[in-house]
Amino acid sequence: MALKMVKGSIDRMFDKNLQDLVRGIRNHKEDEAKYISQCIDEIKQELKQDNIAVKANAVCKLTYLQMLGYDISWAAFNIIEVMSASKFTFKRIGYLAASQSFHEGTDVIMLTTNQIRKDLSSPSQYDTGVALTGLSCFVTPDLARDLANDIMTLMSHTKPYIRKKAVLIMYKVFLKYPESLRPAFPRLKEKLEDPDPGVQSAAVNVICELARRNPKNYLSLAPLFFKLMTSSTNNWVLIKIIKLFGALTPLEPRLGKKLIEPLTNLIHSTSAMSLLYECVNTVIAVLISLSSGMPNHSASIQLCVQKLRILIEDSDQNLKYLGLLAMSKILKTHPKSVQSHKDLILQCLDDKDESIRLRALDLLYGMVSKKNLMEIVKKLMTHVDKAEGTTYRDELLTKIIDICSQSNYQYITNFEWYISILVELTRLEGTRHGHLIAAQMLDVAIRVKAIRKFAVSQMSALLDSAHLLASSTQRNGICEVLYAAAWICGEFSEHLQEPHHTLEAMLRPRVTTLPGHIQAVYVQNVVKLYASILQQKEQAGEAEGAQAVTQLMVDRLPQFVQSADLEVQERASCILQLVKHIQKLQAKDVPVAEEVSALFAGELNPVAPKAQKKVPVPEGLDLDAWINEPLSDSESEDERPRAVFHEEEQRRPKHRPSEADEEELARRREARKQEQANNPFYIKSSPSPQKRYQDTPGVEHIPVVQIDLSVPLKVPGLPMSDQYVKLEEERRHRQKLEKDKRRKKRKEKEKKGKRRHSSLPTESDEDIAPAQQVDIVTEEMPENALPSDEDDKDPNDPYRALDIDLDKPLADSEKLPIQKHRNTETSKSPEKDVPMVEKKSKKPKKKEKKHKEKERDKEKKKEKEKKAEDLDFWLSTTPPPAPAPAPAPVPSTDECEDAKTEAQGEEDDAEGQDQDKKSPKPKKKKHRKEKEERTKGKKKSKKQPPGSEEAAGEPVQNGAPEEEQLPPESSYSLLAENSYVKMTCDIRGSLQEDSQVTVAIVLENRSSSILKGMELSVLDSLNARMARPQGSSVHDGVPVPFQLPPGVSNEAQYVFTIQSIVMAQKLKGTLSFIAKNDEGATHEKLDFRLHFSCSSYLITTPCYSDAFAKLLESGDLSMSSIKVDGIRMSFQNLLAKICFHHHFSVVERVDSCASMYSRSIQGHHVCLLVKKGENSVSVDGKCSDSTLLSNLLEEMKATLAKC
Amino acid sequence: MIQAILVFNNHGKPRLVRFYQRFPEEIQQQIVRETFHLVLKRDDNICNFLEGGSLIGGSDYKLIYRHYATLYFVFCVDSSESELGILDLIQVFVETLDKCFENVCELDLIFHMDKVHYILQEVVMGGMVLETNMNEIVAQIEAQNRLEKSEDQVLA
Repeated sequence: MALKMVKGSIDRMFDKNLQDLVRGIRNHKEDEAKYISQCIDEIKQELKQDNIAVKANAVCKLTYLQMLGYDISWAAFNIIEVMSASKFTFKRIGYLAASQSFHEGTDVIMLTTNQIRKDLSSPSQYDTGVALTGLSCFVTPDLARDLANDIMTLMSHTKPYIRKKAVLIMYKVFLKYPESLRPAFPRLKEKLEDPDPGVQSAAVNVICELARRNPKNYLSLAPLFFKLMTSSTNNWVLIKIIKLFGALTPLEPRLGKKLIEPLTNLIHSTSAMSLLYECVNTVIAVLISLSSGMPNHSASIQLCVQKLRILIEDSDQNLKYLGLLAMSKILKTHPKSVQSHKDLILQCLDDKDESIRLRALDLLYGMVSKKNLMEIVKKLMTHVDKAEGTTYRDELLTKIIDICSQSNYQYITNFEWYISILVELTRLEGTRHGHLIAAQMLDVAIRVKAIRKFAVSQMSALLDSAHLLASSTQRNGICEVLYAAAWICGEFSEHLQEPHHTLEAMLRPRVTTLPGHIQAVYVQNVVKLYASILQQKEQAGEAEGAQAVTQLMVDRLPQFVQSADLEVQERASCILQLVKHIQKLQAKDVPVAEEVSALFAGELNPVAPKAQKKVPVPEGLDLDAWINEPLSDSESEDERPRAVFHEEEQRRPKHRPSEADEEELARRREARKQEQANNPFYIKSSPSPQKRYQDTPGVEHIPVVQIDLSVPLKVPGLPMSDQYVKLEEERRHRQKLEKDKRRKKRKEKEKKGKRRHSSLPTESDEDIAPAQQVDIVTEEMPENALPSDEDDKDPNDPYRALDIDLDKPLADSEKLPIQKHRNTETSKSPEKDVPMVEKKSKKPKKKEKKHKEKERDKEKKKEKEKKAEDLDFWLSTTPPPAPAPAPAPVPSTDECEDAKTEAQGEEDDAEGQDQDKKSPKPKKKKHRKEKEERTKGKKKSKKQPPGSEEAAGEPVQNGAPEEEQLPPESSYSLLAENSYVKMTCDIRGSLQEDSQVTVAIVLENRSSSILKGMELSVLDSLNARMARPQGSSVHDGVPVPFQLPPGVSNEAQYVFTIQSIVMAQKLKGTLSFIAKNDEGATHEKLDFRLHFSCSSYLITTPCYSDAFAKLLESGDLSMSSIKVDGIRMSFQNLLAKICFHHHFSVVERVDSCASMYSRSIQGHHVCLLVKKGENSVSVDGKCSDSTLLSNLLEEMKATLAKC
Repeated sequence: MIQAILVFNNHGKPRLVRFYQRFPEEIQQQIVRETFHLVLKRDDNICNFLEGGSLIGGSDYKLIYRHYATLYFVFCVDSSESELGILDLIQVFVETLDKCFENVCELDLIFHMDKVHYILQEVVMGGMVLETNMNEIVAQIEAQNRLEKSEDQVLA
């Protein structure tokens, strides 16, 4: 053994350390990979040794190799070994390696839970620190849940070094385990005022991150942050706070008003550019939020723009960049003030710095008008030609499209110009945005009817030109435009001048080198084209010509039939057969053109992208119901058929010609028409608004300039848009002349009458009439579309889970999970069996804090109702008016009620989660959402009238009897006490097990001795048994898992199994312990009686009125009632008492009458109808068990009697 | 939030790679390479912010970097961070390295990657700024080094 150790340490001397490894790699430049694989083999040997130092060294080297891109996940277990080393030196290496390589998929990560917990509670602050740092990088939902409570305790550590780390890591915990946010938030808030600036900054940091995602929940912190902003001198903290305010102001314009002044002061006073910049940014945010309803703060805007101009003109490129960035924010609401700096921005477009050019581009977007659009785009096009990098060029391309297409092509006066710009853009090599151009072409061609003829001629030229096809693989992106070109030429083939020529172009063999989805469009549109040619020929009586075209089709289509792409192949073979059939008919001299073109009859209208989603669900249709019972497991999910067709394909209805004979075709067509007529989603060919528009030209309308298109358009490859610029100028000039003429005429008329102020004829945007009859067809929406604003929300957003109302009081069920003593459920998972030693050291502290926290929560409960008013008060600049004479208690009761139902909803959600896992209950959730929306709505509606707000602000003092506050109550009741110890307990039903309750006993040491060796022995009854560790007898005591130093309290939890819950019962028990002080130790005992009331078997479960009504109607429930006299308490508080003590929830409340509901752990329904008379309360109950009901009512009577 | 902190030299050799969001190793290398190419083509006298990394983040993210002699320090951050603030932070980080290594040069980073990580851990934790005060950072690092040394003596 000794020899082995010596050998080990000798080996170690020859081991490579990190430096040797690095040196080695540097010396093996030629065969680096080989050398490293050698080293990895060595490392694997080292990891097999027992010596922890050797292992640590190996892991350290692995971390280096990880940086070079080597996967080290195979060593995860060894990393954990090194993490658990007792020496800080090694531990640190282990945690570093873990933080670099562990992630949610690392399976051994669950083994770390106990090690991390141990390190978190280590006496050495650096062990704790290193564990926190490591954990922050690889925390998983499981780790977050198991360690949340330990970390929360660390937030109040004595060392600021640990506190700040604990505070920061909480953000990661929240993200992974959102349930922890509410319980931890009060302490987090407390840390905003921590004496240590580092901790404070960490807390600000975390809250800012949280608030950035869900700002509305943090509005109530505004006064606190305001205080910090005006008092703090730490620029870092100030920046964060100011950024936070930027996120909050859009929600509360009054906040903005309050901020303007201090921010303006900061702007003038600070020398730190970073702070100045953030101030300007937030002022901008404020101005944006104010711009809707407030008089212009033109001075502030001027100040901002002026400061930004200084930044942009600065020689420091960083400031220039940021200046432009901020400028673009102003642009949205105050475009005028930015437009005056157009010169500066155009200048930035020529900057050598790409980042700056990109920002300048952003600004351009808001600067265009009908007048300057062509000019600006022209400038951009020259940039496109000059640009070297593809990224910048692509950015230019998207910008051009963005600028032109913004707000429904508002600024485009000449669509021919725009189409030619698009065509010019197709000449860009290697762009990724071919599909963007294609989408624009399609959009314009479909929505601007007047341009179709022109578009078609351009597109056929595109189809004809070889350059797009040339090497479709290299130019992958740009060939997408052929998709649009083919479709436009096919769909609007009636406008084609030489359809035959285009048809040939589309049937070229080169086409088969295009991507599958484009070929598919080709194939489909070839038929459309073919149909229209056929019609032409037949009308002209050229039977031979028609047959020639058919022959062409029959000859060329087989090249697509052989395609490897399924879609192309399928379409091509269908069409080929159809054409062959036509050929047969043609041979018999049967006219077919009518029938063939009927295949594509009807017009396509644009449909709004959201239209499908907005179709209301018809009444009585349950989308969640199974149509057929689900098949057995054998058909698992991954066998689900994949979508075969491309998404884009779905834009148009699919025409599937088949081999069926004409009759069959006709029949199907008929059926289809019928179906279309009934189908709300089908885009009908019936008269659409644009037609009417066309028929009635505008009164002011100016005749369209005739442009001889045929000449330039036949020559693809030349930039053409320029000529449109010229033409457009001429047109505008003429237009102006004409207008002037008319004006003169009018003037002459006016001269006859009164003399008018001669206003200079300024050419404004509105004066420029578009050249085409532009009917920008609005997109169709289904009838009675549902208004919904949730379209944009991404259900997978991880931050959505953190959208939690933090002002609601904490419910019991929301406490962070703590290690429970022998809760039968938890003891199953091995990682929770923590050795006693580690628990002892930290538990007392934790419990103490928990207690405090509870106290705080109670206070908060009281404050809650005031809270909203507090913020209002703080925000209102005028002093609050004297209490209104008329008592207005109604809204606030409402509010209480809201808060309550909401809280219960929340509570239920937390509790109900396990259930949800087993069987999804979409209905329930929907309800909850509705409810939330409703309450939100209520809140909003309350906020709207600014005047009434202050009035509603302080009815709390009005002394209306309804407003009286409940004294803080605890669900913990006294169990027993003596001079040494006080026991209080709370009994909660367990949701998971239908016959178990958890008894939480808080033991408080009131003596000056240490209490140890505590044991709890309870005499089981036939009906109730305590869950004991396996193997221990009924008569053995169960040890309490902690010791109590003087003055400390802690909580232990025990699980009891109950047979029948219809009756209350009592269990006798004894707590024995050793009290030890300086003088010695004594054995002590304390007897107690555990009282299991029937109420303690109830679990607060919300119920909706419809379900409640059904329950009552079912007739399965037996009934009983009580009446209590001499009640003076308000009804509101009365209900609160019943909810609190007897675990009920309010279903509905009307005046002084309320229905309530609860469920027992064994599933009994309990319904109550509570009515308040003058001085009495009557409670009618219905329950599936009569004994339970009568016992419950007795208990309730006792509670009410105290009121 | 800071998404990633990368340090590499003028030839794109990584000297420190710290991601605060999980990426597989080969993607990490790709990101380093891409970032290097983005940064490399920029002159020293143009701005220190840049957008357009395709692999990391998205439109909300920015690369903020500083170039010192042979090394690039690149922070990838989202919009909750102040751009100028991060530039200052890079400066703090580099100055701290300078203090801890006494005139830091690329070789220090090459041979002591672990130490550089430990220093960084005192500045940024889990993607959030932990400490910006250099004296405080240095004090904590020195205390940990002392602790390490005392353990070493016990070992000997």
